[in-house]
Amino acid sequence: MLTPESRKYTGTVGAGLERKRSWSQRLHVDMPLLFALTVLLGFGLLVLYSATNQSMVEVKRQLIFIGIAYLMMFGVAQFDVRWLRQWSPWMFLGGVLLLLAVLKFGEVSKGARRWLDFPGLPRFQPSEVMKILVPLTVASFLSRKLMPPKFAHILICLAIIAVPAGLTAKQPDLGTALLIGVAGMFVILLAGMNWKWVGIALLIGMLAAPALWIFYMDDYQKNRIHTFLDPEREPLGAGWNIIQSKTAIGSGGINGKGWLNGVQSRLDYLPEGKTDFIVAVLAEEFGLVGMLFLLTLYIVIIGRALYIAGVAQDLFSRLLAGSLALTFFVYVFVNIGMVSGLLPVVGVPLPLVSLGGTSIISLMTGFGILMSIHTHRSARLVF
Amino acid sequence: MSERHILKDLDQERRLFLSRLLIGSVIAVALVGVLVARMVFLQVSEHAYYTTKSDSYRIRTMPIAPTRGLIYDRNGVLLADNKPSYNLTVIKENAKGMQESLALLADLINLAPEEVDKLKVRLKRRAVPFSPVPVRMNLNEVDIANIAVNQFRLPGFAIEAQLARHYPQGELLAHALGYIGSISEDELENLDPVNYEGTDEIGKMGVEKFYEDTLHGKVGYEQVEKSASGRIMQVLSRTDPAAGKDLVLYLDSKLQKAASDALGDFTGGVVALDVETGGVLAMVSKPGFDPNLFIGGISSADYNRLNRDAERPFTNRALSKTSPGSTIKPFLGLGALDTGIRTREYTIRDPGHFQLDGVSHVYHDWTWWKDRNGHDIVNLEKAIYQSCDTYFFDLATDMDIDTMHDFLAQFGFGRNSAVDIPQAGSGVLPSRKWKKEAIGQPWYAGETLNSAIGQGYTEVTPLQLATAAMLMANHGKWHQPVMVKRIGLNGEDIARTSDYPDIKLKNDDDWHFIGHAMSEVIHKNTGGYHNTGTAFASITENGKKPLAYMMAGKTGTAQVKAMAADYKATKQNESSIDEEDRDNALFIAFAPVENPKIAVAVFAEHGLHGASAAGPVARAVLDAYLLGEDGQLKPEYRPPAVATPVLTASAP
Repeated sequence: MLTPESRKYTGTVGAGLERKRSWSQRLHVDMPLLFALTVLLGFGLLVLYSATNQSMVEVKRQLIFIGIAYLMMFGVAQFDVRWLRQWSPWMFLGGVLLLLAVLKFGEVSKGARRWLDFPGLPRFQPSEVMKILVPLTVASFLSRKLMPPKFAHILICLAIIAVPAGLTAKQPDLGTALLIGVAGMFVILLAGMNWKWVGIALLIGMLAAPALWIFYMDDYQKNRIHTFLDPEREPLGAGWNIIQSKTAIGSGGINGKGWLNGVQSRLDYLPEGKTDFIVAVLAEEFGLVGMLFLLTLYIVIIGRALYIAGVAQDLFSRLLAGSLALTFFVYVFVNIGMVSGLLPVVGVPLPLVSLGGTSIISLMTGFGILMSIHTHRSARLVF
Repeated sequence: MSERHILKDLDQERRLFLSRLLIGSVIAVALVGVLVARMVFLQVSEHAYYTTKSDSYRIRTMPIAPTRGLIYDRNGVLLADNKPSYNLTVIKENAKGMQESLALLADLINLAPEEVDKLKVRLKRRAVPFSPVPVRMNLNEVDIANIAVNQFRLPGFAIEAQLARHYPQGELLAHALGYIGSISEDELENLDPVNYEGTDEIGKMGVEKFYEDTLHGKVGYEQVEKSASGRIMQVLSRTDPAAGKDLVLYLDSKLQKAASDALGDFTGGVVALDVETGGVLAMVSKPGFDPNLFIGGISSADYNRLNRDAERPFTNRALSKTSPGSTIKPFLGLGALDTGIRTREYTIRDPGHFQLDGVSHVYHDWTWWKDRNGHDIVNLEKAIYQSCDTYFFDLATDMDIDTMHDFLAQFGFGRNSAVDIPQAGSGVLPSRKWKKEAIGQPWYAGETLNSAIGQGYTEVTPLQLATAAMLMANHGKWHQPVMVKRIGLNGEDIARTSDYPDIKLKNDDDWHFIGHAMSEVIHKNTGGYHNTGTAFASITENGKKPLAYMMAGKTGTAQVKAMAADYKATKQNESSIDEEDRDNALFIAFAPVENPKIAVAVFAEHGLHGASAAGPVARAVLDAYLLGEDGQLKPEYRPPAVATPVLTASAP
C-alpha cells in the first residue's frame, strides 16, 4: 500500500547513492546505539551475577536470551520499516487473536493467564509483542492522515489501543496494559493531538480514577497503592520489598559497597532482587556513581533513539521511533521510581538489566526497528 | 490529493512532530533529574540512616543464656544439674505449608491439638521476625528420629539442642530444692530484661527461687550476620556468658532418703537441722511431686492432676502450720522455771482432769481416755516425760499468756526465722495483742490452758519445731535455719551470724534439767505405766531395740477435730475415726544428748499419736545421721573425752 510518491523516492534515489553508504549502514546497524546497548547489557550481566548470588547458570541463561535478542535486533533491522507499515494491520490482527488465545488457552501462573505455550514453539507473552505492534499500528494509521489528527481519527486510534490493552488487562496484567496504552498514546501525542483534547482527556481520566478504584481494581492492586503510600503499614508483608530496596539503595552511598558485596541481596533481604528490584542491588554495590553511570547509558540510548526519530524521513517512522524511545524511557523511569519508592510497585522490569528473556527480546526488537528506520534512508532526504 | 499539498503537509507535520518530540524530551530530562535527585537523597542525605538500618537487619545480637549453676548436697552429690534437651522449634517466615506440617507432626510425634493452640498463641506473641518459636520441648529419641527422617516435609521446623534443668533425685527433693519453670508475666516485670534475654525459665520455689541471682549467671552475646531467612551466615563477635554459681547445701541426700523412707506412707513432713550451724540436713514433705515435670513447661494435665490431688502434693508440710500439741511442753516448762512460776520440786496431784474456778468446763488429761486415773503425783520432770496435761493446765493458771508468748517467741515461734526459706510459714504464737488484732476479741483464761498443751490458737511449722529443738540442744545458742552451706563446690562455707539474740536463762542448769526430762521421754523405763517415758515403747520397741546414743525428745498429738461426748468410745476404737479427722502426730528430738549434733521435727498428718507414728521416724532419722555402718555412734559424734556432767539417765 505504498503511495506512488514514496515508491518514487526509493526507486530513483536509493539506487544511485548505494556506493556512499558506510558499512554499518549496509549492515543496517546504528553504531552509537549498538555500543550503548552492549555496554548496558554487559553492565547488567555483572549486576545480575551478583544479584543471583553468583549463579553462572542464571547468567548463562540470560546470555542466551541476549544472544537471541541481538539476532532479533539485527534481523528486524534488515527489513525496511515501510514493509512493516504495510503489514501492520495484519500483524495487529494476528496479535489480537493471540491475546484472545491467551485468555482461552493461556497458562495460568501466579493467578494470571499471560503465557502462550504452543507445542514446538518457545513459550511467550503475546502482550509483549503488543508493546511494539500497538504503536506500529497507530503510527501506520495516522501516517496516512493529515496532521494534526482529527478527532475522529483519534477515536479510531484509541480503539486500536483499547482492544489489546483491554485484553491484556483482563489476564490480568494491568502493568503491561498500561504500558501498551502509553506506547499508543505517545504516537497520538507526537502526531500533534490538540492540547485542548489532551487536557480534556486528562480531566476525564482524573474523574474516572475513583470509579476505577471502586469498580475495577483488584484488592492486590489497591494494596500496592496503600503500601506505596505507607510502606511501614505492613513492614513484613507488602511493605517489605520497598523498605528493603530503599535500605539497599541508601546504604550503598556514593561509592557503593563494591561488586558482590551488597548484603541486602546476598542475605536474601531483597525479594525479586534479580528481576524487578535489580536496580537496588546495583545501587547498593555501585553506589550513586553506578546509578549515574546507568542513567547515563539510558540517556545515551534514549537520546540516540529520539535523534533517530527526529531525523526520520517520513511520518510513520518518526511516530514509531519517537514512541519507542519515549516508551523505553517510561520503563526506565517507572522501574527506578518504583524501586526507590517514588512510585507504587508495578511489575515493570529494569529494561535490559533484569533477569528475563521476553522483555529483553521485545526491547531489542524495538531497537532493531529503530536501526531499520535509521539505516533504510533515502539519500535525498537526509538533512 | 495533489503532490504540492502533500509536500506542504509534510513540512508542517514534521515541525509539529519535532515540537512534540522536544516537549517529550524536556519532560524526560526533567524526570531523569527527579531520579537523580531521589538517588542523591537516598544515597547521600539518608545514607547514614539506611546504613544503620541495613546493619540492623543484617547484624543480630543473639543472647546466649548462661548455664545455670548446679546444686550439690553437703557430700558433693549432685541434686540439680543441666542435661541436654532437644526442642522442636519453628520459624514462621520459613514455614511454608504450616498446616500440612502440623498435620504431619500430629502423626509423627502425636502433636496434640492443645499443643497446636499453644503454639499459635506463642507465634502471635513473638516480636522478632525470623526467630524460632518452640513447638515441643524435651523431645524423646523416637520423636527426634521421626522428625529427622521427615525433615524435608517440615520446612521451617528444626530440632534445637539446649541445656535443660534436671533433678536426678526427682520427687525426693522437690520440696527442699524447689524447681524452675517458664517465666511468668509477673516475674518478667521484676527481672532484669537484659540479663534474662536468652533465658526462658526461672526459679519458682525453694532454693532455686531464693538463689535465682546466684544460680542464673550473666548473659552472653553473639553478634551474627543473619540472612533474611534467619540463617546465621557468620559470627562476627562473641561475649561468653558467665555461668551461674554452683550451690552446696547443708542437705544430706542420704539422710533425706532415710527420712523419706521412715515417714513411709504418711502424709507429713520431716525437718532435720545441724545443731552447730542451723543448716537444714533434711527437709521432707510427703506426698511429693516430680519437679522435672516443670522443666520446659508442665502439661496442664499433669498440673491439674497434682493441683487437684486431695493429698495436696504441692503443699510443703515441712513448712506448713499445725498445732504443736505436747511438743510445746518442754519449752513452756523451761519458761515456768526461768520466770519463777514453778520450781523443779513443785508437784501437783493429778486426778486426770482439771477445772478452772467458777468454770464448768472440765479439762481432761490424755490419760483420762485410757484409765481415768490421772498421773497421780507429778513434778515438772514427770510432766514432761509423761506429758501430763493437768500439770500444764495448772501451770497456765499462774502463767499469763503474754509471759508465755514472750518466752516462747525467743525460740522462733510465731515468725519465720530461716535465712533462705522465705516460703516457710510463720505460724501463730498467741498473745493478747495478737488476738485483738487477728480476731478482735479479748483473751479468755481458758484459752491459756489450751495454749499450755499446744492446742487452741497456737500453730507451728515442723521447721520451727526443729529450730526450737535445736535451741534446746544448744542451750539457747541461736543459728537460723539455712539451706545453703557455700557457693561454689570448692568455696568457703558462708559464715553467718544470727539475727536473733541467744536465749539467756537465769539459771543455766535449767537447760540440763529440761534436756534430761526430754531424754527420759525416750529412755525412762523404771517399770509401770506412770514411770515410763511416753515414747519408750514405740522408739525402743519396749527396750528390744536399744539406742546406741542418748536421745532427747518430746511427743505431741495435735487434735484436728474436737471429739464429741462419746470421745472416749472413739478414742478406744481409733481406727473407726475418719482419717482426715484423726489427730496429727508430732515428735521433736535431738541427739546425742551429751554432745548434740542434730535436731529433728517429725509431723505425721493424721498419724494419731506422736509417740507411735512420729517417734520411730525421728529415731530413724537420728540413726541414719549418727550411726556408722557398724551400728555404733560415728567417732566424730561421740562425746568429748571430758563428758559434760549432765544426766543420770536411767538406762532403758
